[in-house]
Amino acid sequence: MRKALVVISVLILALNVCACASKQKKILLTQESQVKLRSIQTRVFDTSDRNLMLRTVIATLQDLEFVIDDADETLGTVSATKLKGYVLRITVSVRPRGDKQMIVRSNAQYNLQTVEDPEPYQQFFTALSKALFLEAQRYE
Amino acid sequence: MSTKAAAVSIIMVLLSFSLIACQPRIPKDALALSTESLKDRQLQTRIFETNDEKMLLTASAAVLQDSGYTIEESEVLCGLIVSTRDRDVTEAGGLFCFFCLGAPYEQKQKIFSSLVTRPLDDKRIAVRITFNHMIWNNQGILVKNERINDPEIYQEFFAKLSKSVFLTAHEI
Repeated sequence: MRKALVVISVLILALNVCACASKQKKILLTQESQVKLRSIQTRVFDTSDRNLMLRTVIATLQDLEFVIDDADETLGTVSATKLKGYVLRITVSVRPRGDKQMIVRSNAQYNLQTVEDPEPYQQFFTALSKALFLEAQRYE
Repeated sequence: MSTKAAAVSIIMVLLSFSLIACQPRIPKDALALSTESLKDRQLQTRIFETNDEKMLLTASAAVLQDSGYTIEESEVLCGLIVSTRDRDVTEAGGLFCFFCLGAPYEQKQKIFSSLVTRPLDDKRIAVRITFNHMIWNNQGILVKNERINDPEIYQEFFAKLSKSVFLTAHEI
């Protein structure tokens, strides 16, 4: 009995250690596929004004209780953090598609987890659409 | 305790370690507009009758410096200034607690602020500022991380900003 107990304990510990060791190497790993993640995190808007889009993204993030950490007009990115007992970090990038559309992509991290649920992203784009008075279209 | 009971309890403890690794998921409303968002926006925003965004940003940076903040980042083309401030928040009461009872007390605060200007039309620009803060106790443990929502802080900031806009406009 004692032997069995030792074996089971060692196995469980080994599993935990394995999980930690392999996770440290997988710095580019996500649960969802690259294509699916892009579709969850991206929307297209009918506007050609990139600066207005960036400013509206910043205003929307402030509405969602974020404090902006950084923005780069040249690159078209905005990063922000929300503290509410938890730490939620988000980066939003804006890039033109053709002359008449903007592609907006956001990716968020909740504490130590990458956010891969579609729902929070949907909520973010709903808030952004309201601020822009424009409809968010799926990215294909 | 029998060997069997001991075995079960050890296994339960080890399994619970495995479960701790699974963290809670993002709250459902973390990226949704709250019912308070309009009220918050009004508290955090003032509108200035000017079309000179650069002057407004310069005046804002000066107020942040007046208030002991360090400018971390700025992007004039998006109307953004990011700044932080570290503060000792130890109060006499906290020290008293520490010496008498050894209880932890709040010691260090870091404040994060982002100030954003946004032209509304040719004559008006909105300035919105938001603050987050993190507080650590004397044992170095993070005890608070949240938004600062005290109306007085915003009123005080905008009172200082109005003065600064006047001083900046008159190059004082």
